[in-house]
Amino acid sequence: MVTEERVWAALAAVADPEIPVVSIVDLGVVRDVEVEHGRVRIEFTPTFLGCPALEVMRERMADAVRALGAEPDVVVIADGGWSTDLITAAGREKLRAAGFAPPAPREATAPTLVQLERGPFRCPYCGSTDTRLENIFGPTPCRSIRYCASCRQPFEQFKTL
Amino acid sequence: MSAQARSRTDLLLALADDELALGWRNSEWTGIAPFLEEDVAFSSIAQGEIGHARALYELAAADLGTTADELAFDRPPQDYRCAPLVELRFVPDWARTIARHYLYETADAIRIAALAESDRSAIAALATRIEREEVYHRIHADMWAERLRASGERARFEAALAELWPLALGLLAGEQREQLCEAVSREPVEPVERGEHADEWPVLWEEMTMVRRSVPGASW
Repeated sequence: MVTEERVWAALAAVADPEIPVVSIVDLGVVRDVEVEHGRVRIEFTPTFLGCPALEVMRERMADAVRALGAEPDVVVIADGGWSTDLITAAGREKLRAAGFAPPAPREATAPTLVQLERGPFRCPYCGSTDTRLENIFGPTPCRSIRYCASCRQPFEQFKTL
Repeated sequence: MSAQARSRTDLLLALADDELALGWRNSEWTGIAPFLEEDVAFSSIAQGEIGHARALYELAAADLGTTADELAFDRPPQDYRCAPLVELRFVPDWARTIARHYLYETADAIRIAALAESDRSAIAALATRIEREEVYHRIHADMWAERLRASGERARFEAALAELWPLALGLLAGEQREQLCEAVSREPVEPVERGEHADEWPVLWEEMTMVRRSVPGASW
């Protein structure tokens, strides 16, 4: 029988399409799972509203539910309830190990240029905080580009959202 | 639909149309921006704006019994509510591009903050989410405005700001215009109101909807 636990376990195996080292559960973007009469309702939020991986993620979740023999209903929620603070500790470590600096914690006030330029952002390769902002924007909307002056390596920094 | 619901849907459509058109215009810098970093930045900002347009269209579509794609691509050009500011084609003029970017992002923050107070919870929730992403657009716009003001091209940038200022006021309504004057330290002038489209708009619409119109009703 399909239970919420089994659905969560199945979703934990669904890789993020752009950074496959983390799962969608690691990213904290699965907001809720409800099982009723063989139907599985999943509430999920994109990391960024313009995320092109949205449809792929939705399909993969639906497939994971079908593989359990249940009918999926994946609902996209766009609100302030998700932030990068909901990326799990395991997810953050997987990101770092793959060369993506995990996002800094959200603060009470919105990020500023001064923070992005002067903040103690840590290089995911050598651990140095002697890094500088190269570009607020990167290859996907959720990332910035930084450069580590210590190991001379550019790296991708998750934006705080 | 009640008059109140109608005006709410009109507002969502105006915002979504602004974001879609500007997202399109920003994407025109992809591959030809003055620096590689700006290729990346304007492409990413374009993607962000179009993502916001999609989310806003989805809310409007739920009210109107249609879909986001139909709203984005299946209306005749005169039915769009975007402001002339976002319709203008500025490539390859960097001064005007940054002037629009700065004025638009500043104005957008004002109306998104107002939407976050909406009594309809889905709109307020979406506005809160959009603002978290827009903050990065604004940091980028402010940084460039600062940079051009401190550069040898200051006069050109200031001329672009003065030229676009009446159009920027037209993005907003009522007291939000006063907030914009204050935010960018400019005196109020007669706004260019939403409603009349710029000459470039039908050309942009043609390009934007071309693929979808090529096979009506196709599933992509």
